[in-house]
Amino acid sequence: MIFHDEPIPGEMLPILPGHTSAGRLERVLRAGHFAVTSELAPPDSADPQDVYKRAHVFDGFVDGMNATDGSGANCHMSSVGMCALLTRIGYAPIMQISCRDKNRIAIQGDVLGGAAMGVSNMLCLTGDGVQAGDHPQAKPVFDLDCMSLLETIRGMRDKGEFLSGRSISSPPKVFLGAASNPFAPPFDFRPYRLAKKIAAGAQFIQTNYCFDVPRFKEFMTRSRDMGLLDKIFILPGVGPMASAKTATWIRKNVPGIHIPDSVIERLAGASDQKKEGQELCVELIQQLSEIEGVSGIHVMAYRQETSVADIIKRSGVLQGRTPWFPGRDQQHLQESTAK
Amino acid sequence: MYRMRLWAVKHARAFEVIYNALEKLLVKLHPLMAKIGYSRLEKPIAAIEKLCKGVLFDCRMCGQCALSSTGMSCSMNCPKNLRNGPCGGVRANGHCEVEPNMRCVWIEAWQGSQKMRAANHIFTVQLPVNKSLQGRSAWLARVKEIVQYQEPKVK
Repeated sequence: MIFHDEPIPGEMLPILPGHTSAGRLERVLRAGHFAVTSELAPPDSADPQDVYKRAHVFDGFVDGMNATDGSGANCHMSSVGMCALLTRIGYAPIMQISCRDKNRIAIQGDVLGGAAMGVSNMLCLTGDGVQAGDHPQAKPVFDLDCMSLLETIRGMRDKGEFLSGRSISSPPKVFLGAASNPFAPPFDFRPYRLAKKIAAGAQFIQTNYCFDVPRFKEFMTRSRDMGLLDKIFILPGVGPMASAKTATWIRKNVPGIHIPDSVIERLAGASDQKKEGQELCVELIQQLSEIEGVSGIHVMAYRQETSVADIIKRSGVLQGRTPWFPGRDQQHLQESTAK
Repeated sequence: MYRMRLWAVKHARAFEVIYNALEKLLVKLHPLMAKIGYSRLEKPIAAIEKLCKGVLFDCRMCGQCALSSTGMSCSMNCPKNLRNGPCGGVRANGHCEVEPNMRCVWIEAWQGSQKMRAANHIFTVQLPVNKSLQGRSAWLARVKEIVQYQEPKVK
């Protein structure tokens, strides 16, 4: 799929009627395509090539990449820094903003800076507690929470105002995302929390790893009954687990990840656990894509990024579509002239 | 006073009744309080409030009490200071991601809120915390808010 007004890197697409951003992710979702996003792990390095190398791995398979903001409370290159590099060559990053490390002054500044660089998607997160990461001595900020963060950015965009009420001359045109975790208690409150996020301004949702399909289905059914699914695009999270040992470790140590015993047993029983993990991931994508209200998929393949292309290809969810990447159209042109 | 806090949530409905009565009483006292001067009352009332709410709810004196919207579970006890519901890190046993020995403040809040008449208040999106109100009396602020709202009607 090619947009007739496909950009030259660094140039923004026009904002279509009914859209809030100039971004490709919003276009893909609103056009009814099955979107694919992936997590881009930031490097522990000051070399821009380290970011580009990690991004190129996903070329042609994803509609957006999440530039994580100190995920797991570990220190890496900043999400703003990654977005600056990615937008420079035309990528469509999803800038994650966590409330853990910055107060409202810093966050609003980053929103303007990000939007000025061409970031069209922002994902509002509360953030993991500092105890989870490599700097447990750090001061947790949590000045805003994900909900008030959503509302703040929506206010900046739609009212053209900072939280203080001071006006913004050119508001940030962004597509607003939030996270949702249907797999953490209190389960019966989770759909209400989704409703709150929508009320606060969320337009798309990415969830944490989804291994428990029945639980997810239940969450979606309840959300549908509450009339929420028409108001939001939901992209459940998936990812390959390298082994039963990794899965057990993640379940124990990473906050908010629920992995059923059956998954761990299946991995443990396989002769090639890594391959089995990828196979399971493909199956999960296929199962999830069938569920009513699922608009796409979010792949988190930490340390297995190179397997993402193959997983997406095998799942068949792109249905022959090639998402944009730098140089895609030149490649198409060359191929068609060669014929 | 962790145990006291859990007890208070269990009796959220009773505290809702007490709170509503207290609010009515304080509003009635407004003319008197206005005569004495709210600024003079600020310190002593804040001290009383801190004592009562500290014992009952582990109150952190944020100065913008949301207890009636959070099932009488003080959301400032959440290590992430969440004002709008539980994060995704809640453990399978319902305990906090940051403090494994503490029940999630928002699981408590959700249970408490369902016992209250105003059960739907938990669905309201709360504003970001105003740090400049830290340590001030939320009770007096509430009375002033109600009186201000009523005054134009009197005129």
